[in-house]
Amino acid sequence: MLKRFITSREALLIGAIILLLALISSRFPGFIAPGNLANVFNDTSPLILLAIGQMIVILTKCIDLSVAANVALSGMVVSMVNVAAPGLPIAFILVIAVGLGTLLGMFNGLLVWKLAIPPIVVTLGTMTIFRGIIFVISDGKWVNSHEMSDAFKAFPRTEILGLPVLGWIAIIAVVGFTVVMTRTTLGRAFYAAGGNPHAATYAGINVGKTQFWAFTISGALAGLTGYLWVSRFAVSYVDIAGGFELDVVAACVIGGVSIMGGIGTVAGALLGALFLGIIKNALPVVDISPFWQLAISGGAIIIAVALNAQSNREKGRIILKRAEQAT
Amino acid sequence: MLKQSDTILPAEGETVDDSVLALDGITKTFPGVKALAEVSLRLFPGKVTALVGENGAGKSTVVKILTGIYQPDGGTILVNGQPTTFRVPQAAADHGVTAIHQETVLFDELSVAENIFLGHAPRGSFGLIDLKTMNSKARQILEEIGAQIDPEHKLKDLGIANKHLVAIARALSIDARVVIMDEPTAALSHKEIEELYELVERLKTQGKAILFISHKFDEIFRIADNYTVFRDGQLIGNGAIADVTEAELVKMMVGRDVSQIFPKRSANPGEVVLKVSDYAHPTEFDGIGFTLRKGEILGFYGLVGAGRSEFMQSLFGITRASGGTVEIEGAPVQIKSPADAVDSGIVYVPEDRGKQGAILDLPIFQNVTLPSLGRISSKGFLKLAEEFKLAREYTERLDLRAASLDTPVGNLSGGNQQKVVIAKWLATKPKVIILDEPTKGVDIGSKAAVHEFMAELAAQGLAVVMVSSEIPEVLGMSDRVIVMREGRIAAELAGDDLQPETLVRHAAGI
Repeated sequence: MLKRFITSREALLIGAIILLLALISSRFPGFIAPGNLANVFNDTSPLILLAIGQMIVILTKCIDLSVAANVALSGMVVSMVNVAAPGLPIAFILVIAVGLGTLLGMFNGLLVWKLAIPPIVVTLGTMTIFRGIIFVISDGKWVNSHEMSDAFKAFPRTEILGLPVLGWIAIIAVVGFTVVMTRTTLGRAFYAAGGNPHAATYAGINVGKTQFWAFTISGALAGLTGYLWVSRFAVSYVDIAGGFELDVVAACVIGGVSIMGGIGTVAGALLGALFLGIIKNALPVVDISPFWQLAISGGAIIIAVALNAQSNREKGRIILKRAEQAT
Repeated sequence: MLKQSDTILPAEGETVDDSVLALDGITKTFPGVKALAEVSLRLFPGKVTALVGENGAGKSTVVKILTGIYQPDGGTILVNGQPTTFRVPQAAADHGVTAIHQETVLFDELSVAENIFLGHAPRGSFGLIDLKTMNSKARQILEEIGAQIDPEHKLKDLGIANKHLVAIARALSIDARVVIMDEPTAALSHKEIEELYELVERLKTQGKAILFISHKFDEIFRIADNYTVFRDGQLIGNGAIADVTEAELVKMMVGRDVSQIFPKRSANPGEVVLKVSDYAHPTEFDGIGFTLRKGEILGFYGLVGAGRSEFMQSLFGITRASGGTVEIEGAPVQIKSPADAVDSGIVYVPEDRGKQGAILDLPIFQNVTLPSLGRISSKGFLKLAEEFKLAREYTERLDLRAASLDTPVGNLSGGNQQKVVIAKWLATKPKVIILDEPTKGVDIGSKAAVHEFMAELAAQGLAVVMVSSEIPEVLGMSDRVIVMREGRIAAELAGDDLQPETLVRHAAGI
C-alpha cells in the first residue's frame, strides 16, 4: 500500500510542490509562512472547485470548455439579483448561483447525451452563448463594488480559524467529492464510462447519462464559483474569468487526469490546481515577470503529459518482460 | 500489362517454377497460438485457387503474410520461383500481389479515382497529383472490369456492390499479377455475385492468379480450378477441384477427433428458463424462437455474418429488437437496456473481451462488482465491505491468482483478465449466461479449462447459450445446436443429427 502511494502520481506531485515551495522560500522565505500559505490556498480555491468538476467531465472522455463562461454568467446573474434585492439572504444567493450553474451544465450534458454532439463542440458553443447572454442581460455594463450589498461581499471573506470561507468551501468540496468518487455508484460509473465505454454499456451503465451527470456537476460547481468569484473581487462584467477554462483543464492534466478518460482523482485535481496556484502567486514575489507565468504553466502541462505518456509506456514494457519470463 | 513469359500450363504439369506466387513451409506463431504450421500454397497464372477452412484455420493469417502485413517466422515466399521477402505491404504490391478484403478498405470522402490511386497517384509538374491522367486511367481500369462508374464521383455516393468494384479496380491499378479475394461475395446480392464471377473469368483470361477465399461451396465449385484446405493452421490437402467432391471437401475442412478434449456431461435439463419467440430486428435477423432449460448448453453455430452475435446483443438490450417476446421462467420481460437484461437474469460475455469486457484502469474488485453495484449499495452509497466480500467470493471461485484485489486489471495476464470478466457476470447471479466465442484467441490449454468451467456452470443449474464458430466446440459442448444462416434459424439439431457435415450443410445452405 505504502509502496504504491510513493510511486503514485499524487505523491510525485506533492514532491514537486514541496520542491517548488523550497525553491521559492530560498529566495523569499516569507512565502511559506502559514498565513501566506493560507492566502495562496484561498486564492487557488476557485481553481480547485472548477478543477474537480472538470476532472469528472474528463473522466467520462468529455471536456467542458464552458466552465469559465458559466462562472461569469452565474456571477453576473447573482450580482444583478443582489443589486435589485439587496436584502435577499446569502443562502438564497447561493441557491440561485448553484441552481443556475446546474441548469447550464445540464444543458451541455443534454446536448452531449441526447444529440450525441462531440463535447468539445457543444461546450465551445455554449461558452460563447453564455458570454453573449451576459452581454444581453447586463448591456455590457459592470456591476461595481459600491452597488453590491456588504453581506454579499463579506460571505467568502469571513475568516474561520484563519482561513476565509472561500477556502473552507474548497476543502468541503474536496472531501465531499472524494466520497462521491470513491464511495458511490455514480462515482464508479464515471470511471467505468470513461475507462471503457463498451464494457460499461455491457455492465448496464448508461454512458450518455453518466456524461450528463458529469456536466451537471461541473455546472453546479461553476455556478457556485461564479458567486464566490464576483463577491470576492467585488465586481462583475462580461469578461470575468476569461480564458480561465484553460487553467482548469491544465490543473486537471497536471494532476494526472488522463485526457483519454477513466483515470483521475479528486486529490490529483486538487494538487494540480495547487501547483498552478503556487506558481501564479510566487512569480511576482520572486521577481519574475507575470508574463512568464503562462509559459511556465504551459511548460508544466507538457512535462505532466510527457510523464503520463512515459509511465504508460513503462507499463507495456513490464508486461512484455513478464511474457518473456513465462515462455 | 502482363509479361507473356508467364505461361499457362495444365494442372498435372505444374511444378514450383510455374507458380507465380508460392508459400513454402510457412510458419507463424502468435503468443500462445500457432497460427500456421509449415503450410504451403501455390498460385498459378490464369487459375483460381480456392482456400477453404473453418474460422480460425489460418486463412486470414496467410492473406496477411502474402500482402506483407505479417512476417512469417519460418519458410519462404517465392515469386516466380525466386525466394523473396515482403517486409512491408508496399513490397508485396511492388511484386504485383494485391488483396481485396472482406470489408473493403476505402475512403468515403474521396473520389473513386482517388480511391483507386491512393498512394500511387500519377504525378505531374512539381510533384503534384495529375488529376487528368488519374481520372482517365481510372476510367480505363473501370471499363476493363465492366464497371459503369464515374471516376470523379465521391465514393460515398456508390452502393456496396459498386464500392466492391472500386476495390477491385484499386487492386488492378498496380498491375496486379496475383489477386487475393477474401470472402468477396459476403455482402453482394445474387445478381452482383454473377457479375463478380464474370469479372473473375475476365481476370483469368488476362493471366492473373487468383486466390479465392470463401465459405460457400457452390461458388468454389463454380469458379475455382484448384483448392487448398487448411485446418488449425495446417495444410490438409490440395489439388484440382475436378478431382474432389463437396463431401470430401467438407470432411477435410472439419474432420478431426472431436471426442477427446471435452468434459463428459450428463445432460439432465430442468424446467424452461428462457423462451424467445419470433424475435426480429429490422436488418439483422428475423423469426428467432427457441427455449432454453436449466442446466442446458445451447450452441449457436453459423458462418460469420449469420446474425448470431447481433441476435445476442439484441437479446441483451444493446440494440433494440423490432418484434418478438422474451419470457424468463414463464414471465414475460421487457429488455430495453443491458441493465434490464441483468435485472432479468440474463448476462452476456462478449466476444471481444478486450474491448467490451474489462475496464483495465480499474482494480479487480471494482471490475467484478460493476454490474452488481445496485445490490451492494443503498441510496447510491457503496457498502465497501460487502463489495470486497462479493469480489473475493467470485474471484476465489474462479481461482484467480493476483497479489491483491486492488491490482488494476490491466496488469493481469490475458487469462486472468478473462477470469475477471467471467467473475463479473457470475457475481450478478444470472439465470442465463450467453458466452460469445468463449475460446476465441485462447490457447489450447486454457480452452480445456474454459470448457470444464462451462460444464460446471451448467451442472450448477445455469442455462448456457454458447455462440461458437468452432465445430468441435459446438459439437463437444452443446446439448442442442441452433444453426443460423442469413439472420434466420436454419436448423435446430440434437442427438444423432449433431454431425460436422450436417452443421456445415445447414450453415452454408447446401
